[in-house]
Amino acid sequence: MSSRYFHWKMNLCIILIILVFLVPFYIGYFIVSNIWLLHKQQLLFSCLLWLTFMYFFWKLGEPFPILSPKHGILSIEQLISRVGVIGVTLMALLSGFGAVNCPYTYMSYFLRNVTDTDIMALERRLLQTMDMIVSKKKRMAVARRTMFLKGEVHNKPSGFWEMIKSVTTSASGSENLMQIQQEVDSLEELSRQLFLETADLHATKERIEYSKTFKGKYFNFLGYFFSIYCVWKIFMATINIVFDRVGKTDPVTRGIEITVNYLGIQFDVKFWSQHISFILVGIIIVTSIRGLLITLTKFFYAISSSKSSNVIVLLLAQIMGMYFVSSVLLIRMSMPLEYRTIITEVLGELQFNFYHRWFDVIFLVSALSSMLFLYLAHKQAPEKHMAP
Amino acid sequence: MASLDRVKVLVLGDSGVGKSSLVHLLCQNQVLGNPSWTVGCSVDVRVHDYKEGTPEEKTFYIELWDVGGSVGSASSVKSTRAVFYNSVNGIILVHDLTNKKSSQNLSRWSVEALNRDMVPTGVLVTNGDYDREQFADNQIPLLVIGTKLDQIHETKRHEVLTRTAFLAEDFNAEEINLDCTNPRYLAAGSSNAVKLSRFFDKVIEKRYFLRDGNQMPGFPDRKRFLGGTFKSLHYD
Repeated sequence: MSSRYFHWKMNLCIILIILVFLVPFYIGYFIVSNIWLLHKQQLLFSCLLWLTFMYFFWKLGEPFPILSPKHGILSIEQLISRVGVIGVTLMALLSGFGAVNCPYTYMSYFLRNVTDTDIMALERRLLQTMDMIVSKKKRMAVARRTMFLKGEVHNKPSGFWEMIKSVTTSASGSENLMQIQQEVDSLEELSRQLFLETADLHATKERIEYSKTFKGKYFNFLGYFFSIYCVWKIFMATINIVFDRVGKTDPVTRGIEITVNYLGIQFDVKFWSQHISFILVGIIIVTSIRGLLITLTKFFYAISSSKSSNVIVLLLAQIMGMYFVSSVLLIRMSMPLEYRTIITEVLGELQFNFYHRWFDVIFLVSALSSMLFLYLAHKQAPEKHMAP
Repeated sequence: MASLDRVKVLVLGDSGVGKSSLVHLLCQNQVLGNPSWTVGCSVDVRVHDYKEGTPEEKTFYIELWDVGGSVGSASSVKSTRAVFYNSVNGIILVHDLTNKKSSQNLSRWSVEALNRDMVPTGVLVTNGDYDREQFADNQIPLLVIGTKLDQIHETKRHEVLTRTAFLAEDFNAEEINLDCTNPRYLAAGSSNAVKLSRFFDKVIEKRYFLRDGNQMPGFPDRKRFLGGTFKSLHYD
């Protein structure tokens, strides 16, 4: 028993050290190394960055009622409470968004109807834009060539007096070029947007085709199932906040109690609740972390570049660590009463109720705002494609 | 400009190999100061004197279409990209000399582009594996360009250059190795500039001067029977 406790504590210490000391310092170092101005004193500036981070990290604890004053300043509770706040916020944001986005993605009810003609019309517009860009660039190339042959040098009018001079002198070549360049820039922006829209349409069309297959129908069904679960979660979060209560028993035990009472089946409640809740907790942790990793990987591919990939990987590691610590915090609510003491032992005396309340609030806010966001995005999209 | 005068050359390669820098260097003879990710496709135009120095010299405008993205993109992105592959007259395959994977991906890029082409060579490719023979009969001129030459250390240079020479041979194409941030690699009169000029001449020839004539001799009828049909979207 005591070795398990020791290992818990040790793992927790190591994770905290990594999350609070190592990774932020490393991130600061990489950010500084990207800014070539500060190459000389990389170490110094990364230490400064880390100190700034620590300052804000400490300040984070003040507005929240998370600590009782009897804890020392460098105790584990101080660190965990702050990491917990950040992690719980993150978890609630992601859960809220996931709870709304998941049914939206899975259910084919929301799929916009995309026909081949829509796609072809958009592609034609894209190619027409590209043709316009090409013709303008040809004019620019011709102008540049004639200027080169005539011996004019293409000068951008820099400085106040040169601009005044260029108004009167016959630098018509370069003026013309700048004007065409501006037109080209706006056309290129348009072509990018059209490209992204076309890719979006292709993706939607593929999803429509996929949803007609067996696998698609299966996921569609799961989507309905899941959406009921998500709606229930949102409902429960609202009730928790409105009626200001924190659950005393975990859902599994309560579920089993209800079934026993209503169906009259003889169950050894204690025995089964322990095992079922253990399995369920395991599934929840695994799926939520897996979901998080998948989302983060997609996000990573979308925004990474050769310069920033190091920083992004470290940021992801930081997020994962905080997520893990706070999921340990929150999982306490899903466990039967007698096992909650284990977590309380390890994590020290934190105000767990606060975390649950905080989670519910942020979850609700995130779910509502993502509903609003998705509604707006959904409404806006069909109108764009209807335009001639 | 009427689309009759169009000479279209695709510039393909993995993300980050330096296609945009290369296109900028080829078209504006300047080094690109702030390279950023290409979304979709960016086009630039190069003025090329066909058969320079001979009495038949004529000026053509070569459009360089720099298509962004990676071979592993989602199929929706690939279908969108396919729009740019129509009526292509030449392909420049760009790879990064410091990154072996980008060289290996070139075959997939060429397959993706050639599969969408309208030239009736009857190319039949399964599973994206490329068949060496198809490049031997390929009508579209290819050029292989390796970038970031300056980042290869002197000692490794020979090994890298041998590997790329084999690669270019596979494609039945010429190869150029350079550094896009240094215009001297394409200075007039250098062997690179000569190769580039020859490539563009070949593209223009195939487009304008061999079209009216008969089909190329030795056209493989066997491949024609095997040839599949493709969606050809005529945008001319």
